[in-house]
Amino acid sequence: MRAEQRSGSLMAAPYAAFLLVFAAYPIAFALVLVFLQWDLVTTPSFAGLDNVRLLANDGRFWRAVANTFVFLSIHLPLQIATALVLALALNRPLVLRSFWRASFFLPVVISGAVVAILWSNLYATDVGLINRLLVRIGLTPVPWLTDPSTAMPAIAAMVTWKNVGFYVIIYLAGLQYIPRSCQEAIEMEGATAWQRFRHLTLPMLLPQTILVVTLSTINGFQLFIEPYVMTGGGPLRRTYSIVLYLYTNAFSYQKMGYAATIGVALALIIGAVVFIQRRVIGKEETL
Amino acid sequence: MKTLGRIALYAGLTVAALTFIYPFLWMASATFKPPAEVGTLALIPDNITLDNYRTMWARAPFGRALLNSTMVAGTITLAVLVFGSMTAYAMARLRFRGRPALNAVTLAVLLVPGQLTLIPMYTLVVQLGWIDTYAALIVPYLFNATAILMMRQFFLQMPQSLIDSARMDGMGELRILFTIFWPLSKPVLSIVAIFTFMGSWNEVLWPLLVVREQQLMTLPQLLTVFALGGGAGSIGVSLASAMVLVVPVVIAYAFLQRNFIESMASSGVKG
Repeated sequence: MRAEQRSGSLMAAPYAAFLLVFAAYPIAFALVLVFLQWDLVTTPSFAGLDNVRLLANDGRFWRAVANTFVFLSIHLPLQIATALVLALALNRPLVLRSFWRASFFLPVVISGAVVAILWSNLYATDVGLINRLLVRIGLTPVPWLTDPSTAMPAIAAMVTWKNVGFYVIIYLAGLQYIPRSCQEAIEMEGATAWQRFRHLTLPMLLPQTILVVTLSTINGFQLFIEPYVMTGGGPLRRTYSIVLYLYTNAFSYQKMGYAATIGVALALIIGAVVFIQRRVIGKEETL
Repeated sequence: MKTLGRIALYAGLTVAALTFIYPFLWMASATFKPPAEVGTLALIPDNITLDNYRTMWARAPFGRALLNSTMVAGTITLAVLVFGSMTAYAMARLRFRGRPALNAVTLAVLLVPGQLTLIPMYTLVVQLGWIDTYAALIVPYLFNATAILMMRQFFLQMPQSLIDSARMDGMGELRILFTIFWPLSKPVLSIVAIFTFMGSWNEVLWPLLVVREQQLMTLPQLLTVFALGGGAGSIGVSLASAMVLVVPVVIAYAFLQRNFIESMASSGVKG
């Protein structure tokens, strides 16, 4: 037993030390940085609540928060709908089933940086593939990334495209748990396909839907590389994301205290939004 | 009606699959097109050229970036497997003081969004003097809480008799882990290996913060800097540089797609 104690402590010690340096310390120091002004060169100075006050009145920060909600209001419904449709299509006896599944999942394995570079070309106003297709079928080209009203929706659609394969897998796993006897029973009752979907499949998939909402919300709040590469936050700051603003404050303005404050605020906002979403969806469940 | 439905289903699946695959095919073909042809929808170029690749290779150190990315992602993956499984083994099978606390902290760490710790991690790396070093890219990723919890869960299901009889034979805990547990844990080890490697291979925000020296940049970072800085100069060249990052992943994915899907879906890693 004593030998087990000793080898256990020895084997876990490096991880414990790692947690201390790369988890506990950064979390604690994030909270300290909120009260500091620091450019990484001169000694940090105590700033009291200056950073918090600045954040509360910083139009650029709240613009980024509002942008994220615009993003989510398009991304969430689109992500749930497309993932559900593709999962339902895959959940049948199919020829080449694993090929279809693998093709939907392909963008998930590709780096976000590559996807962003690829799509800035697909979205390009004059030479972009999408506008060429539109012109070919007789429509007018759309300035996707340069029009303030279409830039964020265009990014939201692209992120949906990139991640949908991931959520298809989650829904497919959920579909496997719907008992065959339930499906047969509801079919015997003479329910139409839509009724079966509305009253059996959709309620049974609620846990998966909650997971999809939570994960894509967290993901949406962490939006960075897409606006960084595709728009630089423009046009008119309409695609400026919270993490892009955090990065700019740290990297370009050397404002460590303020950047850390944005990080803490972001963590709090994510926590609050996910909490509210769960309450709302949970209520729906009891109806 | 039945057959009509099936035709519609397969037509729908084909359109969906093309939506996901066609952009990548177009990208691959655009890298072989001269500038005048890049905008066309055709997948087979009229005039095939390697100029985009030559230009890309000459203008920025992509060979070096490929090496950096492989080195960084490879080291991290190896460390997460070796050190992570040691930790997971101790947390699953050995009784020692502090074990419950370590379990609880590991779960708690997963709930903290990375953006909260991003700036303090950055200032820590600055103070350690690690800006523009491999250490900055590797050390903060040597352990991974998700990986440890997954391996711990797997190790918990192994029969105690395996350990008892090995100890009877005089084997130490490390030997039990690496000669008895590892061969039996291939499923979980491959899941951990894939999502760790992919997470590191595709990561771009952290390198953008801690590396400024071109020679030390990882692929996604160099690619981003190259495309944004106007170094590419043309669509074909910037897409050609993206291919360096994509091709190894697509080849691995073609052979191991089942493992990729299982791994990335169970860990929550999304490129």
